[in-house]
Amino acid sequence: MITKMTHTCVYVLNQESAYDFYVNKLGFNVHTDAPMGEGARWLTVTPPEQPELEITLFLVAEGGMFDKETVAAMTTLIKKGAFGAAVFTCNDLLATYEELVSKGVVFKKPPTKEFYGFEALFMDDSGNWFSLAQING
Amino acid sequence: MQQFEKIYLYRRIVKAKLFIDNHYADDIDLDNVSGQAHFSKFHFIRLFKLIYGYTPNNYLVKTRIEKAKILLGKGNPVLQTSIMVGFHSPTSFAGTFKKITGVSPSAFQKEQLIKKTAMQANPLRFVPNCFAATHGWTEPQY
Repeated sequence: MITKMTHTCVYVLNQESAYDFYVNKLGFNVHTDAPMGEGARWLTVTPPEQPELEITLFLVAEGGMFDKETVAAMTTLIKKGAFGAAVFTCNDLLATYEELVSKGVVFKKPPTKEFYGFEALFMDDSGNWFSLAQING
Repeated sequence: MQQFEKIYLYRRIVKAKLFIDNHYADDIDLDNVSGQAHFSKFHFIRLFKLIYGYTPNNYLVKTRIEKAKILLGKGNPVLQTSIMVGFHSPTSFAGTFKKITGVSPSAFQKEQLIKKTAMQANPLRFVPNCFAATHGWTEPQY
């Protein structure tokens, strides 16, 4: 049986800018930052209280899985905001929202009381969007 | 956002938290921080703990140790690191570091440097095989 998730991917358009966003703005920790040759880089970060889940900041670039056409299509879709990547949680949504806004994070939706909970939606520097929910909200 | 009751209180507490984030290396007087947030010290501590789960002082210590981990990982000497994150005494730094992380600063630094060296020498060890194979990252030079 499956026991746990260890790695997941967020496709990004620029790894250096994504590093700044996820580490300096969201406050995530760098887990692995390894040069893979020819400009390639394996970069993973972890949420502050979930060090066992590596989020790979996967560059959308030609090579490996992606041909030129795929890169163009993915770039368009990511920039368009077509990809909702994940749900993050926090203990206090209003405080987290205020802090992230002060750091320049763009929100698609401010904290809102929904029938399913208290949530906001923010975008990363590439265009991926995430739900940010308050635990017990 | 204005529809949320007491949002102005959140803004003041967040401002105080960011002040700690940005000035952890300085001699921070938490009385001044609470004053800047326009709260009595008691009210400030209570609200801060309610939002962040730590008292302002414990949060300051936690922040200093987290920053120290980054500096040690980059190879900064322990003594220099303790000063760079705002500790006056290296002994106090070492004790606090060990209490929070479970290892001494020098042991932590050694672990990090071993990991960093391994990451540079054999990065494939840190990449799941499926991704490495898909990218053709299986050549000996990696």
